[in-house]
Amino acid sequence: MSKNIAIKVDRVSKHFMLPHERSHTLKSTLTGFLSGKRNRKSTKQRALKNISFEIYEGEFFGIVGRNGSGKSTLLKMLAGIYQPNKGTIEVNGKLVPFIELGVGFNGELTGRENVYLNGALLGFSKKEVDAQYEEIVAFAELEEFMDQKLKNYSSGMQVRLAFSLATRAKTDILLVDEVLAVGDADFQRKCFKYFRELKRQKKTVVFVSHDMSSVQEYCDRAILIENSELVLEGNSYDVGSAYTRMFSDQADGPADLSKIKRRWGNEKARFNSVKVDPKSIASKESITVYAEFTARENLEELIVGFKVREIDGSGTALFGTNNKIQRQELKNIQKGETYTVQWQFPNTLNDGKYALDIGLSGQDYAETYDSWDEAQILSVNKIEPNPYPSSPIIKTRLAKKS
Amino acid sequence: MKTKIQHLRAKYRYSIILLRELVVNDFKLRYQHSALGYLWSLLKPFSQFLILYVVFVKVLGIGANIPHFGVALLLGIVLWSYFTEVTNGSIMAIVGRGDLLRKVNFPRYVVILSGSLSALINLAINLAVVVIFMLIDKAQVSAYAILMPLLIVELFVFALSLGFLLSSLYVRFRDVNHIWDVVMQAAFFATPIMYVFNDIYDKYPVIAKIMIVNPVAQIIQDSRHILMHPKNITLGYVYGSKLAYLIPVAIVTVTAIVAGLYFKKRSPYFAEEV
Repeated sequence: MSKNIAIKVDRVSKHFMLPHERSHTLKSTLTGFLSGKRNRKSTKQRALKNISFEIYEGEFFGIVGRNGSGKSTLLKMLAGIYQPNKGTIEVNGKLVPFIELGVGFNGELTGRENVYLNGALLGFSKKEVDAQYEEIVAFAELEEFMDQKLKNYSSGMQVRLAFSLATRAKTDILLVDEVLAVGDADFQRKCFKYFRELKRQKKTVVFVSHDMSSVQEYCDRAILIENSELVLEGNSYDVGSAYTRMFSDQADGPADLSKIKRRWGNEKARFNSVKVDPKSIASKESITVYAEFTARENLEELIVGFKVREIDGSGTALFGTNNKIQRQELKNIQKGETYTVQWQFPNTLNDGKYALDIGLSGQDYAETYDSWDEAQILSVNKIEPNPYPSSPIIKTRLAKKS
Repeated sequence: MKTKIQHLRAKYRYSIILLRELVVNDFKLRYQHSALGYLWSLLKPFSQFLILYVVFVKVLGIGANIPHFGVALLLGIVLWSYFTEVTNGSIMAIVGRGDLLRKVNFPRYVVILSGSLSALINLAINLAVVVIFMLIDKAQVSAYAILMPLLIVELFVFALSLGFLLSSLYVRFRDVNHIWDVVMQAAFFATPIMYVFNDIYDKYPVIAKIMIVNPVAQIIQDSRHILMHPKNITLGYVYGSKLAYLIPVAIVTVTAIVAGLYFKKRSPYFAEEV
C-alpha cells in the first residue's frame, strides 16, 4: 500500500543563540564588531539534532518527550513559525497555522469580536464567520456571554470558545499541543469526540502530549524525542511505553533508550515460561494462557497479570486482568518459591494478530519485577467475526508449584 | 503554474482578512474607555488648530506674510503626526506582538501594514477637519490639488518603509527606539512645520536647499502650495527645476527597497528573536 506523505522532515537541526545579556544593544554589536568578536556573549543551545521522519496522510502522529526535550520547537517548525538551521521540512496540504488554543485573543474585546479576530487568524473572512457564528457559540455553550469582554470570562469559558473556533479550521493537517491538559471532564469528552471525528475524516493530526494514554489511544504512530534527538519511532503503544519507562528508570539515572527492550524489571521475581494454547485460533473456542514464575527474594506481595492488545496500528489494549483485581491475593512469598498461573477466556477476538503482555509487580504496583511485552503472539483467524468488541470473562487459577 | 497562482491568491486572501480584522480592532480599542469615543479623532485636530492659531498666528505673529498660514500650520502638523504615528508605532509592533508571532504562522508584514492603515484612517479624518478650516478660511486651492493623493501615497510609502526597517531592526537592537526619538526630535525642527519655509529660503538659501530634499518637508510644502496658497514655495521653486523631485523620490524608493529586503530577510526569524 502506497501512502502519501503529508509532512516530511529531513535531517532537521535547530539551535538557538542565547545572548548572555538579556538585551542586545547596538553599542554592544558595534563594539563587538570593531574588536572582531561578534556574538561572543551568546551561547548556542541545541534544540534538535538531525531529526528525520515522515508523517503520512490521514495519520494520527504523536510527538512525545520530556519538558525541554525539543518537541515544542519541532512542532513550531512544522507550523513554519521557526526555521530549521539545517535540513528541510516539506508540508503537503494546508496546515492550520496554530499550535495553541486561543492565540490572538484580546481581553479588551468582547467574545463576539474575538470570534471574528480568531476566525481571521484561521483564515475565515467576516462573511464566513457570520455563516457559522451561531454554531460556534452554541458549541462553546456561551450564548449569553458573547457581548461581554473576554477578560471577564473564566479560563474554562475562554478555552471552550477557543476550542469551538479551532474545530472549525478547514485544513488537511492539524497541529495539537497539549490541549487536553485544560478543561474539565466534560470538555475533555468533547475533545475526544472531535478527535474521533477527525480520525473518521482521515485528517492528518500531529499531537504533542504528556498524556500517554491518549497518545496510545489516538495515535497510530509516534516518535520519542530525548535530549534533542529522535530516539524512537514506532507504533504509539511502544513509544508510549518507552516514555513511561523513562520515568520509572529515573532512579537509576537517565534511561538508556538504545536498550529499550520488550522485557524489563528489577527481577525480584521473574517469569520462567509463558505458553498460549492454542496459539493459532480459528473459532470461538477458549484460549488458555499458562505462565510460571519464581520469586528471587522474599516478597510482601506479588501481583501477576496480563493484557491482550492489537499488535498493528495503535496497539490499543483490549482486555486483561491480574490476581489482585480477581481477589486472589498473593502475599508473603518466600525466596525461591515458584507459582503457576492459568488464565482462561473465551475467544472474543476478531481476525488479526494480538500481543500478549504479561507482568509481575509488587505491592500497589510500586515496583515492577518483570514486565514482558509480546511474551506471546496470538493469531486469530476467525470464520465468524464478532459484531462488536467485548471483554471476555477471564478465569484465573493461581497455584504454588511444589 | 495554475496551482502557483491559486497558492498566491490564497496567501493574499489570508493577509487581507487578517489586515481587516486588525485595523478594525485597533480602531475599536483606541477610544474604548473614553466617553466621547470616536469623536476624539475629530476633536483632537480641531483643538490643536485652535491652540496653534492662537499661539503662533495671533500671539507670535508667525506667517503674517503668508496667507492662510494658520490652516497651513495645521496641515503640516497633521501630516507630521501621521509620519510619527506610523514610524513610532511600527518600532514596537513586532516585539509587541511577540506572543502572537511565536504561536501563529502568519505573514509578518501584516502587523506593520495594519498599523500604518489605522494611521491612514486617522489621517483621513484629520484631513477632513483641515478641509473644513480651508473652507472657512477660504484657502486658495489650485488646480494642482488633484495631485494631493500622489503626495499622500509618497508619504504612506516613505513612512511604511521606515516602519518595516525600524521594526525589524528593533527586534535585534533594543535601542533603536531611543535613537529614533532623537532623530525625530531633530527632524521636527529640520522640517518646515511650525515656521515659514519662505523665510528660511530668503535668509539661508543653501540650508533651505538641503532641508527641502527631505521627502516629508517636500510633501508638506507641496501640499501647502496646492491647497493653501501658491505663495508657499516648493522643492521645484527652490531648485528652479522640476527635475529636483527626483531626489526625494529616489530617497523614498531606496528606503522602500532596502526596508523591504531587510524585512523579508529577517521576518522568518522574528518568532525566535523577539
